[in-house]
Amino acid sequence: MIKVVNLHKSFGELEVLKGINTEIKKGEVVCIIGASGSGKSTFLRCLNLLEEPTEGDIYIDGLSIKELGKDINRLRQRLGMVFQQFNLFPHMTVMDNVTLAPIKLKKQEPKVAQEKAISLLRKVGLPDKDHVYPNQLSGGQKQRVAIARALAMDPDIMLFDEPTSALDPEMVGEVLQVMQQLAMEGMTMIVVTHEMGFAREVADRILFMDDGIIAEEETPEEIFNNAKEERTRAFLSRVL
Amino acid sequence: MSFLVDIYKTLSDAIYINLIKEDRYLLFIKGLGVSLKLTVYAAMLGVIIGLLVAFARMTKNKVLNKVASLYINLIRGTPAVVQLVIIYYAILGSSSLPKIVIASVAFGINSGAYVAELIRAGIQAVDKGQMEAARSLGFSYGQSMRYIIIPQAVKNILPALVSEFIVLLKETAIAGYIALDDLTRMGDIVRSRTFDAYTPFIIVALIYLYVTSILTYFLGKLERRMSISD
Ligand SMILES: Nc1ncnc2c1ncn2[C@@H]1O[C@H](COP(=O)(O)OP(=O)(O)O)[C@@H](O)[C@H]1O
Ligand SMILES: [Mg+2]
Repeated sequence: MIKVVNLHKSFGELEVLKGINTEIKKGEVVCIIGASGSGKSTFLRCLNLLEEPTEGDIYIDGLSIKELGKDINRLRQRLGMVFQQFNLFPHMTVMDNVTLAPIKLKKQEPKVAQEKAISLLRKVGLPDKDHVYPNQLSGGQKQRVAIARALAMDPDIMLFDEPTSALDPEMVGEVLQVMQQLAMEGMTMIVVTHEMGFAREVADRILFMDDGIIAEEETPEEIFNNAKEERTRAFLSRVL
Repeated sequence: MSFLVDIYKTLSDAIYINLIKEDRYLLFIKGLGVSLKLTVYAAMLGVIIGLLVAFARMTKNKVLNKVASLYINLIRGTPAVVQLVIIYYAILGSSSLPKIVIASVAFGINSGAYVAELIRAGIQAVDKGQMEAARSLGFSYGQSMRYIIIPQAVKNILPALVSEFIVLLKETAIAGYIALDDLTRMGDIVRSRTFDAYTPFIIVALIYLYVTSILTYFLGKLERRMSISD
């Protein structure tokens, strides 16, 4: 579904991604772990072209992102993204946050979009918050609305960039639970996370990133019990 | 006691010759009308110029960028009164346009530079994550601006714009330099007739204060309304 070939990304002089190669299959849940600054966010943001790669290529369903041109907006509709800082639209109600994109971009009837939104909000455990503004929600609730907002576009793939890192500890669980449910329903997911419990339990595969490359790529069992790379073991011993 | 009577007499005399005699209060009213008209015309022009220049500064077009920042630096780096006089004598003075139009253009050009900067600041103050969230949903840059960024920026910009209009109203007090009969100049005219140096300008000051207080009151209301859904 996604194939990444020799992906490089530099910001000016600073080379952040130094040749990433990997493949993500439909229905797979891939967790990306690694130290802060190792390039996890940059990699994720390259996948939906929030950052433009400086070298290499990404194929989505066999189509190179270099050949997209104006279709980049259509591509992004297929890739939902959830941010660490939620990034809900503060000037809109929860309902409008969730329905804006389907109404404007997919030309859905407002009624249809709203019904869909209600069912998505129920799914993330917030059935009665549709008329509330984001500033009246807790962090955990905001992030669940952000997930519903991304799902409203019926994406094929969901990207999560440390979705629980900005949350109070007691709210981490409610968000992870929604993500786990999503994974069980067969959503293709790429999740940057520091929640090792979640990665171990939910991921089909774990990418350990170090200094701009994928240092190790394995099943959770292998990574957690049997890591081949010394730096993987060193990282895990620090975070576990 | 006679001391108080003296004060009363001085005051009522002053008010009589500066306001009542020969219907001089009408001069102040007329002057206020000119000042307000000038402010409104200049503000409208300033908003139009400000919008254009703000977007010129934010596009990727390097030429537009340069022109816009040159304009902003030129206006902000020189005194308004100098700009007014230059525009009057060198550019528009030879035409037969009414002075109020020339002054409106001059103050509009001046205000446009400040408005452009506050529009740009208002847009840039919107969190970067908002644009990213919008783009990640599939909105184009233009759609993201329209549905997500601008509605939030307006909340930053509107109060700042009202403040700018208050500043502009006071700034128009230099319109007398091109012999436009605005409020301040009317004060000067009354002074030249009554030979009372203080009272006309105290009256002028009170009128400005009254109008700016009303605007400030609305500004406060506006700021509270804009912050409700943040
Ligand atoms: N827009 C940017 N401009 C310049 N440097 C950046 C930018 N984004 C990220 N970086 C740098 O790239 C490196 C990797 O960042 P990031 O991908 O956010 O790492 P991680 O998500 O693993 O913590 C960091 O050194 C960071 O400072
Ligand atoms: Mg990061």
